[in-house]
Amino acid sequence: MSALGNKTAIRIAILALAIVAPFALPAFQVELTFLWIMIVFALSWDIMGGQAGYNSFGNIAFFGIGVYAAAILQIGLFHDVAAYTAAAGGETLTLTPPQYFIGLFAGLAAAPVLAIAAAVVLGVALLGLRGHYFAIATLGLGIAAGELAAGWAWLGGSSGVQVPVYPGSLASQRLLFYFLSAALGIATFTILRRLYATRFGLVLNAIRDDEDKAEALGLRTTRYKIVAWCIAAGFLGLAGGLMGHIIGFIDPREVAFAGATFGVWMVLMAILGGKGTIWGPVIGAAIFHVTRELFWTYLFGWQNVALGLLIIVVVVFFPTGLLGWVRQRYPKLFALNLAASPADRARP
Amino acid sequence: MDNLTLLFQAPPLALQLFVDGFLIGAVFALAAYGMALVWGVMNIINICQGEFVLLGGYVALQTARSGLHPLLGVPAAAIVLFAVGWLCYRAVVYRIVERDLFISLLATFGIAILLSQLMNNIFSANLETVDAHLGTWFLFDGLVTISQIKVVACAVTLVIAAALVLFMRRSRLGQAIRATAQNPRAARILGIDTDRVYAMTYGLNAAICGASGALVAMIWVIQPFGGLIYTVRSFMIVILAGLGNLPGVILAALGLGVAEQFVGFILGAQSQIAFVFSALVVILAFRSWRLRRHRRYLA
Repeated sequence: MSALGNKTAIRIAILALAIVAPFALPAFQVELTFLWIMIVFALSWDIMGGQAGYNSFGNIAFFGIGVYAAAILQIGLFHDVAAYTAAAGGETLTLTPPQYFIGLFAGLAAAPVLAIAAAVVLGVALLGLRGHYFAIATLGLGIAAGELAAGWAWLGGSSGVQVPVYPGSLASQRLLFYFLSAALGIATFTILRRLYATRFGLVLNAIRDDEDKAEALGLRTTRYKIVAWCIAAGFLGLAGGLMGHIIGFIDPREVAFAGATFGVWMVLMAILGGKGTIWGPVIGAAIFHVTRELFWTYLFGWQNVALGLLIIVVVVFFPTGLLGWVRQRYPKLFALNLAASPADRARP
Repeated sequence: MDNLTLLFQAPPLALQLFVDGFLIGAVFALAAYGMALVWGVMNIINICQGEFVLLGGYVALQTARSGLHPLLGVPAAAIVLFAVGWLCYRAVVYRIVERDLFISLLATFGIAILLSQLMNNIFSANLETVDAHLGTWFLFDGLVTISQIKVVACAVTLVIAAALVLFMRRSRLGQAIRATAQNPRAARILGIDTDRVYAMTYGLNAAICGASGALVAMIWVIQPFGGLIYTVRSFMIVILAGLGNLPGVILAALGLGVAEQFVGFILGAQSQIAFVFSALVVILAFRSWRLRRHRRYLA
């Protein structure tokens, strides 16, 4: 089979797997939904972290904005938000099916818009920073966002927001959000793959390799970085909009702006698989998600100890990630046609 | 905002906040100095700084529970934490010293979550505090209260800071540390064992954090998962002061302590954490904006 045919076959296989998985493994439907969200996390982190070399620990802020935007808009279209959040879950909102779906899709449309708006503002403010200053600033950003949301009474404060109840059976709800998450995951992957092949992707790589030189070549690097951050924010905002409905309850610090958990895990997932590659974050997210669930199930009480050890081992011994390690170890797997490549033939 | 008007009606309240913030800020200065030390010498931003502080607090707690005088917890915490820091260096940190900053950031984050859960499993998740058996001074008819332990903590901090300055200036090891910070390669050529210097620096940082943690346990509460905020405070103080600037570190720490007290009073205690983290973002954004006008950047 030709290489092209191979790729199409793999794509169809993955698509089929994604469609069949929730029916084949009904007990793991929620886990699979989370897995797709995790893939979006890792892929969208990699836009800045892997491709542009800007290690952000605060991308979770855009996710949290998406969570709140989607839920609050859905509630606010048909109800008084302040009265609803003041009841702090004492009152459950029951929407009719048309109301629910209008609200859901309006929310899912608003979530990325707001997240991107935030990314523009924060990008202008922070993307002049480089290296670890940027990393620490974003670490602060993720946690500050959670604390600010927890202090904002209109958003339910620290007692959170109860997401409207789905007007239908639990099974149909789970399937709906599984397929929405899967669609988002696949869309993210496809769009980013295309994006990295364009001039824009090359500019990001140039920024990663040497920003001063890129600037000397006349590239407005800060603008490129802001656009890249906005793309990440858009995907994260959408993922956040879905996440609120998947979990059903929004806690400012644990669900929406989980800066010290999901905010750092998305970095870890991308690194685990291999940052700066397109498949790395996907593989990393899958491995990390399974490992984390195993830790949380079998090592509960010591899960962070195990996770800390995992982080240390991964970043100290496999800083290029799984893909990078395999590439070093078995270069032939990645050497598509090294011997036959024109550059090689030209060499005497 | 009601508290803001209260502040103007009763000026002694402002004095109270100022004194509290000043005395607490002095304790922050220690951990910040440790962070600046590790950053300047080893080029590592130590995310587990806060966990070292808390661990120092727990050591002081155990010392006090074993019947010794609570203030003996300070040297005890320093000694135990020196060993912990040295172990961390020998186990993990030596592998990341000369590598990408991002790797050291994540690796020390790994140490941080590992330590925080270990502390949780060993010492329980309760809020703990060490009673130092010291009284309180009342000024202005009781409007201003100064607990003596805070004054003692501030004094201990100053003593430790003075000892550190002397150590770095005079001792052989201190000179070796400063030489390594300036140029590790040249230091190696001149016969300095930089690996040992790094181990000592990291251990010294942990010891400083431990001492400050013992003081924190006496004036505040400690809780195993509250480490990150001490790291962020230290980082903020260091970026405000600049590396290797001890007077700057102390001034910035005192300023941060006072600012936190005022914000906590005016907006409510729960907004104090939000303030610290937002202030970090705002300060960095501001510095970046200032530098961009000269076409330079923080790196």
